[in-house]
Amino acid sequence: MPSPFSSKGVTRLGQALRRRLRLGQGAVAGIPLLWLTLFFGLPFLIIARISLSEVVIGLPPYSDLLSWAEEGALQLRLNFANYMLLWQDSLYFDAFTNSLRIAATATLACLLIGYPMALGITRARENLRIPLLMLVILPFWTSFLIRIYAWIGILKGNGLINNFLLWLGVIDEPLALLHTDFAVYLGIVYAYLPFMVLPLYATLSRMDASLLEAAADLGCRPVCAFWRVTVPLSMPGIVAGSLLVFVPAVGEFVIPDLLGGPDSLMIGKVLWTEFFNNRDWPVAASVAVALLALLVVPVLLFERSREKEQDA
Amino acid sequence: MAGPRPELEAWQDPSAAPLVEIRNVTKTFGEHYAVDDVSLSIYPGEFFSLLGASGCGKTTLLRVLAGFEKPDKGSVLIGGHDVTGLPPYSRPVNMMFQSYALFPHLSVADNIAFGLRQDRVPRAEINDRVADMLRLVKLEGYGGRKPDQLSGGQRQRVALARALVKQPQLLLLDEPLGALDRKLREHTQFELVNLQQRLGITFIMVTHDQEEAMTMSTRMAVMNEGRIRQVGTPSEIYEHPNNRFVAGFIGAVNQFEGRVVDQQGDTLTVHSDDAGAELRVRAQHDVIPGTPLAVVVRPEKVRIFAEPPPPCDNGLTGTVEEIAYLGDVSIYHLRIAGGALVEAQLTNRARRGAAPLSWGDQAWVCWNADDAVALLE
Repeated sequence: MPSPFSSKGVTRLGQALRRRLRLGQGAVAGIPLLWLTLFFGLPFLIIARISLSEVVIGLPPYSDLLSWAEEGALQLRLNFANYMLLWQDSLYFDAFTNSLRIAATATLACLLIGYPMALGITRARENLRIPLLMLVILPFWTSFLIRIYAWIGILKGNGLINNFLLWLGVIDEPLALLHTDFAVYLGIVYAYLPFMVLPLYATLSRMDASLLEAAADLGCRPVCAFWRVTVPLSMPGIVAGSLLVFVPAVGEFVIPDLLGGPDSLMIGKVLWTEFFNNRDWPVAASVAVALLALLVVPVLLFERSREKEQDA
Repeated sequence: MAGPRPELEAWQDPSAAPLVEIRNVTKTFGEHYAVDDVSLSIYPGEFFSLLGASGCGKTTLLRVLAGFEKPDKGSVLIGGHDVTGLPPYSRPVNMMFQSYALFPHLSVADNIAFGLRQDRVPRAEINDRVADMLRLVKLEGYGGRKPDQLSGGQRQRVALARALVKQPQLLLLDEPLGALDRKLREHTQFELVNLQQRLGITFIMVTHDQEEAMTMSTRMAVMNEGRIRQVGTPSEIYEHPNNRFVAGFIGAVNQFEGRVVDQQGDTLTVHSDDAGAELRVRAQHDVIPGTPLAVVVRPEKVRIFAEPPPPCDNGLTGTVEEIAYLGDVSIYHLRIAGGALVEAQLTNRARRGAAPLSWGDQAWVCWNADDAVALLE
């Protein structure tokens, strides 16, 4: 009988271990896959299915796709009317374009504010960098909803800003700050700024400082070195940060609902209204599917650019 | 005129104007004096090395020349103009970085063209000059590659081309060969010297490798703790070190501490307890008897014998403690009466003819007073 310490026993033990290891690797990759399937794939299929049905008064409030026709044949009825509606009714189209515009503008604003912040943190004294990063992350310790409500307190007619300006005598009557597009931009930029700053900081802090010295040595002033060296080298951070802001901002619901006015139409708000006010699940579901399709495009572009970067 | 005037090197010619003048430059980082009151003149066409161990201030001095560090005191003149306050981008100087600092997002050609684009050189001229540079550093056909697709040696040449393309008056090189392997380094040393002579650009190189400094430079400065300890040609520094630090830093050395007992003409007699004997050494200046000094002699100047040799200026005897065979030479360590260890070097060609010496044998060493140096400092 081979003892486990004989050479044959050892190889067999090794094989068993290797098999266990491969199994372990499979499990490690499998858990997120399972998670995605259960909590993203299946719900998405359900939503996609609802989007292809008709609205009915009942429970659930949508029709079945499959029904028994005469002579016992199974009938599949796909209803594309919801998608047609999205295309034809200017409300949805406007809401989509509006969302894209607001998200794009807010992303640009985040980039313009976040880039100097990230650069400043990178160039700060070493013992200041971690505290400064902490300050960027600190707002996450408070609930998102509460922070947006706080902005209502700041922006409203008798809120902090208006009272301060009235006290200064700069204005005679309160400015309409709350329930405007401006408030929506402010809210989005405020809420998503950390998502811009952190990836930018990650790429900028990895940059070799001697590259800037080399640029200066070759006759480049600091402004020139910024545009010709720092910006091109931080492109991965710019792309990552912009996507992290843009993608959730397009579908944002809470901020336009709380800070926006009746005419700050964003697709997230439309979605909410369809589901909960109109109880038109099929249309709401088709809005969700269309939104997802719209957002997959920039994400794929990002992945492409990342692959290109890794190839280079 | 009686015959041709002997040709003077620029640094020996009192009428020559230096290209670089460093005047009493001091640079501190906190409490630490990185460069401490350094003055130095470097002449056009020189290949000048700053040699020293890490942390001796050589790189800081180079960065002061490039404009990356502002000296706390003193001034820097290049071509007669005070550049102390000028930023790097306004200086007629280019630098080759130790890490090469190639722009990873740009191709080899774009890296080289970077400085020319900055100066708004016409596109056609840029292309010509980049092509010339690629030819000069033997990288034709590599213009389209990215830096991370190159080997270490190729990257080093791109860095060199990028620093040379603007035709600077002065090229600063920070450990230019530090990242290359030994074989490539020796080859590149000669290439770099050839290039420097062909282009006539003044080079200032920082290195910690004494062999590199000796092979490549016209003159070198040995630095320690922020100060320059000696400036001279490689042979001056090697043959006539003027202080104990330089003698010990460059090459191997036998060093005997002692006191002057007598001076006859230019020959000093030094009593050394280390050597357990009186040593004779040529004096550079008059020295008062009783002055402490060190007698220094290179191992290759020390002859070794298996039998008592004919009388010579300095003769010592002891037992062979160590023999090392290095291929071209053999090294002997002799323990002498005073307790000191004397190192003697013998070429293996000479060793073959001589009587064989073995571990534990008694042996005699001997050197001329002219071959030793007396160091006061």
